[in-house]
Amino acid sequence: MDFSLLELLNRERAARRAAILVTRLDDSSQRLVRKEDGYASDPLAEELEKRFRSGKSGTIETEEGNVFLTVSVPAPRLVIIGAVHITQALVPMAEIAGLDVTVIDPRTAFATEDRFPSSSLKADWPEEVLNETPLDAYTAVAAVTHDPKIDDFPLIEALKTGCFYVGALGSRKTHAKRLERFEAAGVDPALFDRIDAPIGLDIGAASPEEIAVAVLGSIITALRKAPELSP
Amino acid sequence: MTATEIQQVADVLHTAETWSKSGRQVALATVIETWGSAPRPVGSHLVIDADGNFEGSVSGGCVEGAVVTEAVDVIETGQPTTLEFGVADETAWRVGLSCGGRIRVYVEPVS
Repeated sequence: MDFSLLELLNRERAARRAAILVTRLDDSSQRLVRKEDGYASDPLAEELEKRFRSGKSGTIETEEGNVFLTVSVPAPRLVIIGAVHITQALVPMAEIAGLDVTVIDPRTAFATEDRFPSSSLKADWPEEVLNETPLDAYTAVAAVTHDPKIDDFPLIEALKTGCFYVGALGSRKTHAKRLERFEAAGVDPALFDRIDAPIGLDIGAASPEEIAVAVLGSIITALRKAPELSP
Repeated sequence: MTATEIQQVADVLHTAETWSKSGRQVALATVIETWGSAPRPVGSHLVIDADGNFEGSVSGGCVEGAVVTEAVDVIETGQPTTLEFGVADETAWRVGLSCGGRIRVYVEPVS
């Protein structure tokens, strides 16, 4: 491997940007495909799309012989806004599913280590935390506080950043009011369809634990299935 | 892919860069195909220098010795090569692994 290519690949990894190193096994030629540069015109576009989604490296047969794809995608993260009852169930489930979880809640009565022993807990305003650790396309955001003062900012940030999942707790009525606020705040209404609300898969979830299952199901769907084309 | 796996891949590639930067001659070995119950998944890396020092894993310890020997050759010749191992053969069994799979490993110089 060319040293400069290795440096570039490592730089992309450190910055949490997805990239695929394409190695032709017959002549050892290599190139790096950076996801953010776009790859629609790439001869391997369809395969690259699949690999960016699955995160799995592998050998494929092409017209130019066997090619190995070294796939580098950032570990998926889940940022939960609100250290509430649903969150207590969602944190361990999401960690088992392989997500790096962060819980943010400025209300110190909720955000206690007793309630969240193993997770990365930030008892601070989302504005502060996201300023230090920005959202990105490999992050899911689930806002579950019911409080617009806490939920609105991270939800808007998630939409602007292109987080792979954006979910918001609340009834249809609550959500309609939320969208009114977002529109007044200048958020592009075309992005509103990206919000999963009411939050979670429609499995009739009733208890906080069941709602956590529904939310995790939605997050995995968003992570593993190709996004629907925007209308 | 779990976060742990990603972290491990990142570490080996980072080591390859660090070693290379400090003037060591380096080869990178990558599992490019597996059949059956192989010990390490496709995409696993091993970084090797000209003295045979290595970091990472392509087989959980089973064939690293052979890969390192080949990698030192690759560093000398500058020519990449592909190795294939039956992890369940007698050699493998003798060193304590009989996982029953086969792996193909691509070894390339970093230059």
